[in-house]
Amino acid sequence: MSYTIAEKILLKHSGQKSIRPGEFIQAKVDVALANDITAPLAISEFKKSGFKKVFSKDKIVLVPDHFAPAKDLKSANQCKILADFAKEQGIKNYFEIGCMGIEHALLPEKGIVLPGDLVIGADSHTCTYGALGAYATGMGSTDLARAYIDGKCWLKVPASIKFIYKGKLNKWVGGKDLILYTIGQIGVDGALYKVMEFSGPVIRKLGMDDRFSMSNMAIEAGARAGLIEPDEKTKKYVAGFKRKPKFYYSDKDASYEKIYEWDVTKLEPQVSCPHLPSNTKPVNSLKNIKIDQAVIGSCTNGRISDLRIAASLLKGRKVAKGVKLIIFPATQKIYLQAVKEGLAEIFVRAGGVFSTPTCGPCLGGHMGILADGEVAIATTNRNFLGRMGSPKSFVYLSNPAVAAASAITGRITHPDKI
Amino acid sequence: MIIKGKVHKFSDDINTDDIIAAKYLVSTDAQELGKHCMETINPAFSQAVSPGDIIVAGNNFGCGSSREHAPLAIKGCGVSAVIAKSFAAIFFRNAINIGLPFLESEDVDKINNGDIVEIDLATGVINNITQNKQFKTQAFPEFLQQIVECGGLINYIKRGAQNV
Repeated sequence: MSYTIAEKILLKHSGQKSIRPGEFIQAKVDVALANDITAPLAISEFKKSGFKKVFSKDKIVLVPDHFAPAKDLKSANQCKILADFAKEQGIKNYFEIGCMGIEHALLPEKGIVLPGDLVIGADSHTCTYGALGAYATGMGSTDLARAYIDGKCWLKVPASIKFIYKGKLNKWVGGKDLILYTIGQIGVDGALYKVMEFSGPVIRKLGMDDRFSMSNMAIEAGARAGLIEPDEKTKKYVAGFKRKPKFYYSDKDASYEKIYEWDVTKLEPQVSCPHLPSNTKPVNSLKNIKIDQAVIGSCTNGRISDLRIAASLLKGRKVAKGVKLIIFPATQKIYLQAVKEGLAEIFVRAGGVFSTPTCGPCLGGHMGILADGEVAIATTNRNFLGRMGSPKSFVYLSNPAVAAASAITGRITHPDKI
Repeated sequence: MIIKGKVHKFSDDINTDDIIAAKYLVSTDAQELGKHCMETINPAFSQAVSPGDIIVAGNNFGCGSSREHAPLAIKGCGVSAVIAKSFAAIFFRNAINIGLPFLESEDVDKINNGDIVEIDLATGVINNITQNKQFKTQAFPEFLQQIVECGGLINYIKRGAQNV
């Protein structure tokens, strides 16, 4: 029987002889991740269950990143639940501030998630690791509590949809634009319950950071996972990690529910307008949209190549008067790299804020909440009503180049115009 | 399991930030979360709910975040079940795992705000009492019904019934 990469990984972890879309399976997980919002609920469910010891000290990952560094007393208490549980259970992969980062940038960087893994995370953007050729999917806290007990999860095997990108990308166009365009084409439920598989010559040319951006937003089309088959770039990325990766590839005659094929040669940088990620438009079609805030960072676009792109535009320039620019690198390693390369200095000299890693502004948590009537351009992944603060604010999603260019002019701007 | 209640109607793509805004995720208490359920899009919602009421919505209900606080908030404000044209995948499993009953139905357009509706989870029959109309939808797969009947995933696992 022929399988897609997603089906092969699920088959391997189910221990079954065969697998088909629509089937319910119980699968062994390689990594079970939760953060300071979702772990407290998982931990309390685990404790209520009466089980005393977690199934593995190595496979559970706890990252306080959403409201960390703790934004208030309640958040501090939530973060402490993670620290205490990690200590009590001897969980190795607990990342305190100072060594933490936004979970979906941190785990690949540390080699905690690898190609071929089945990763579950109590965070919807767990799908990010699909870029490595892992089956990674967001679940809830109770799913995590169950995994803490027996290391397994229940899954309904999704059908796959294939996306083939052909042509050659323009300058300033990257993974973020491809995924915003894709969601714009298929809608926020265009891949509901499905696996998205990103492929084609354009994907092969993308670096890993751009691939992470794409897989990260598979959930915004309703997908369970967003996978990219491994290649030499993937192998180079994971070389040297202690645990060994397993590379899976889709069979040539694997079956897909649908195949989309697009030539993206003429694609402009894309912007998703309020209040849905699918409300996507080419940047040049947006006329005179003034912004109050530009946010560059997050699990979608807070990696070093994103910061380099932003710095290339901000170097020697100033943020427009009245615009708040917030840059938050995704991990401590990226932060340090940005300092070493002089990017941090460029941002500060331009009049931006260079923040410690946190999910804060993306979900209206802290470190840059929008006021009534304010407009933001953000390299994050969601622009739902009230997502970044006031229900009367407006969020536009873009790549880092558009966000940086817009910070300079004070209105949504194509980077070519800088 | 038979559930009966008054309908509160919502549109397509109701996301988890609508259901419970991130600023309230500093609590895991269903009652506390329930006070702020749907606040972003309808600040009066939690006050308007009587215990047992039913949410009826369009496509892709619960899209967005993995926060289990969303189905908890719905339960916590007194809603007994959700009927939607389709559910976002993570919300779908969270609702099952915490034992919040729901049904998928294409016929939600035939249900009005304020109607009294009765649903039978085992058969998938929706009875609109106000309009005296019945719709049949797909019942839960047996595996999922078992989880809901156990009162959620953890109880299901504790009973050692984890083989599908």
